[in-house]
Amino acid sequence: MAVTETPAPAPAPAPATDARPVSPDLARTFLGQMQLIRRFEEKAAELYSAGKIRGFLHLSIGEEASAVGTMAALGPDDNIVSTYREHGHALARGLPPGTIMAELYGKANGVSRGRGGSMHIFDVSRRFYGGNAIVAGGLPLAVGLALADRLLGRRGITACFFGDGAVAEGEFHESLNLASLWRLPVLFLCENNYYAMGTALDRHQAETDISKKAIAYRLPSAAVDGMDVTAVADAARAAAEQVRTSGAPFLLECRTYRFRAHSMYDPELYRSKAEVEEWKRRDPISLFTAKVTESGVLTARDVGALEREAEAVTDQAVAVAEAGQWEPIADLLKDVYTRAPTCA
Amino acid sequence: MRMTYREAVRTAIREALQSDARVFLMGEDVGRYGGSYAVSKGLLEEFGPERVRDTPLSESAFVGAGVGAALGGMRPIVEVMTVNFSLLALDQIVNGAASLRHMSGGQLSVPLVIRMATGAGRQVAAQHSHSLEGWYAHVPGISVVAPATPHDARWMLTAALKEPDPVIIFEHAMLYGEEGEVGSEPGPLSLFSAAIRRPGRDVTLIASGGSLGKALVAAEHLMGEGIDSEVIDLRSLRPLDDATILGSVRRTHRAVVVDEGWRTGSLAAEISARITEGAFYDLDAPVARVCTAEVPIPYPKHLEDAALPSAERIVAAAKMVVKPAVGVGA
Repeated sequence: MAVTETPAPAPAPAPATDARPVSPDLARTFLGQMQLIRRFEEKAAELYSAGKIRGFLHLSIGEEASAVGTMAALGPDDNIVSTYREHGHALARGLPPGTIMAELYGKANGVSRGRGGSMHIFDVSRRFYGGNAIVAGGLPLAVGLALADRLLGRRGITACFFGDGAVAEGEFHESLNLASLWRLPVLFLCENNYYAMGTALDRHQAETDISKKAIAYRLPSAAVDGMDVTAVADAARAAAEQVRTSGAPFLLECRTYRFRAHSMYDPELYRSKAEVEEWKRRDPISLFTAKVTESGVLTARDVGALEREAEAVTDQAVAVAEAGQWEPIADLLKDVYTRAPTCA
Repeated sequence: MRMTYREAVRTAIREALQSDARVFLMGEDVGRYGGSYAVSKGLLEEFGPERVRDTPLSESAFVGAGVGAALGGMRPIVEVMTVNFSLLALDQIVNGAASLRHMSGGQLSVPLVIRMATGAGRQVAAQHSHSLEGWYAHVPGISVVAPATPHDARWMLTAALKEPDPVIIFEHAMLYGEEGEVGSEPGPLSLFSAAIRRPGRDVTLIASGGSLGKALVAAEHLMGEGIDSEVIDLRSLRPLDDATILGSVRRTHRAVVVDEGWRTGSLAAEISARITEGAFYDLDAPVARVCTAEVPIPYPKHLEDAALPSAERIVAAAKMVVKPAVGVGA
C-alpha cells in the first residue's frame, strides 16, 4: 500500500490578522461557531455508531475555520450553494441546529423534512441551496442563481462551496468560464482538504495550486490558510467585497484538512496516521483558542463557557431530533411535483 | 394562421419574452447564429443579448445555470441542440432539476423549460439522431412532452412555461419545416393529455412527435384495405394519458405502439405494459410495437430508413394484429 507524502502545510499568508486583534465579540462568535460544529459532528458520529443516523455521514471536523470564516463574509441576501459535507456551513449560516440534527435522523421536522439526510440540507428561508452530493454539481446552480440575481436586479452574491475533488470535474471548468464570461457575482469557495475522497491532490491534479486554475478563466483568485479562522474571514471578506463591487466572480481556495474519515465507511488506507497527526497540530480550534487567550481577548473561563454552550446546543439539537416524528408513508410521493401533472 | 413548426416555436418564445420579464432563452447558438434549427432567428435582435443568451458549448453548466436561475425566480427556456448532447447535462437534469423539490422537502421548485431536438431522418448519423425521450420519461420530478403539430409546438411551450416544475419539450428535427394551422387559442387539451387525431374502430395506432405523421399515413393505407385505424398522438410522454390510451384500446381491442426509440426498455414497452395491465381482457390480439432497430443510427439513407419506424412497418404490424381476428370472424 502506497502511503502518500504529507502534503505541505497550507502556505501561511501574510499574518495581517496578528496586527489587528479580533474583538472579544468576534472571538466569541468564531470560537463558539467552530466549537458548535465540532461538538455537533462528534455527536453525529456517536449517533451514527448508535444507529440513530444512517446512510452517508461526511464530517468536516478539522475544516471548521473554513466554514465559519467564509460565512462571516456573507449576508442574508447572499445565496449559498454547498456540498455533501455541509453541516458546518449550515450551522455557521444559522440554520437551527435541531432541524439539522432532525434531518440527519431523517425525521419530518428536519430542515428538508428528512428526505435528504446529512447530504441534502436545504433552507430556502436562509438562501441555503443544499446540500449537493454530486461533486461539482452545485457550481452550475450557483452560476444560475447569480444570473437570476443579476437579471432581477438583486444585490446579493452567490457563494459556492466545493472541494478539491470537484476541480477535476468538467462542471468546475464550465462554471468558472461561464461565470467569468457573463461577469456574474459568484464567490467560488474551494475547500481544499487535499483529498478527493481517498485520492490525494497530487494524484488527481496535474497543477496542485488550485487557485492558479482561475487564471485560465480570467478570474481573480487567492489562497488562504484554511486552518486560521481570522485569515479565512479576512480573505473571504476581501473576496466577497470584490465580487460585490465588480459584479464578477472570484475563486478563493481555503487550504484545510479533514481530521476524520471521508465518511463513516472509510478505513483510511490512503493516508498515514502521522500525516493526520501532523495536521492536527494545526487544529483550527486549538490555534484560535491559543491566539485569543494568549492575547488576552478571551479568558480560559470564556472558552470553557463557549464549550459548555456548544455542548448544550448540541444536546438540545439531539432532543429536537429525538422528539421528531417520521414522515407518514402516505406522504411518500408528496412534493415530487408542486402539483401532480394531470392528463385531464 | 398557417405556419411552420419552426415558426410556431419561435412565436411561442417571442410571446413569452414579450409577456413575462422573467423569461429568457439560452443555449448554443440561439442568438447570433439564429438557432441551429433557425428556431430563434431574429429574437436576439428583438430582445437583446441579456434575454437571448448564446452559451459556450457547456451543456452541463448552462442547463445547470437554467436550474439555478429558475430557483432564483426566473423562467428560463434552455435550448439543447439535440437530445444526444443533452447527455452531457444529464446530471443537472436528473440529479438536479428532477430531484431538488422532493429532496428539499418541498422547499424548492424548478420552473424550467428545456427544449431539445430529437430524432433521425436527416442522415446525420449516430451522434445526432437518437431518440432518448423514453429515458427522460423514466424520471419522476420532470414532465416530458413531444408536440407533433405546429399548433401544439406553439401552445404547449406556452403551457410548459406555466408549470411550476421542469418540463422537457422534444421537437423532432424532421418537423421544423412542416406547415400547419396554428390556432389563436391553445384549444381544449391540457398540456399532458393525449389527442385522438383520427377516430377509428379496428385498431389503435399510438404515436407521438415525429412518428405521428407516419401513423396517419399508415392509417390511410389501412383504410384502403378495409381496416379503420384510430390514431392517438400521445403529446405527453410523462405523464402518460392512460385514460385516452386505454379508452381507445377498449373500443378497438387492438393496439400498435410506434416509438422512434429502441425497442428494449422503450416507452413503447411501458405503454404496452400499461395496456396489458389495464385492458388485458379487452384485447383481441397481443399489443404490437414498431420501434427503431437496435443499432446506432447509420449514415447511409437506405440503412437509416431501414432502421426507423415507417408507415409500411406500421401497416404491416396493424395487419398482423387485425387479420387473425378478422380471419376468425370470417
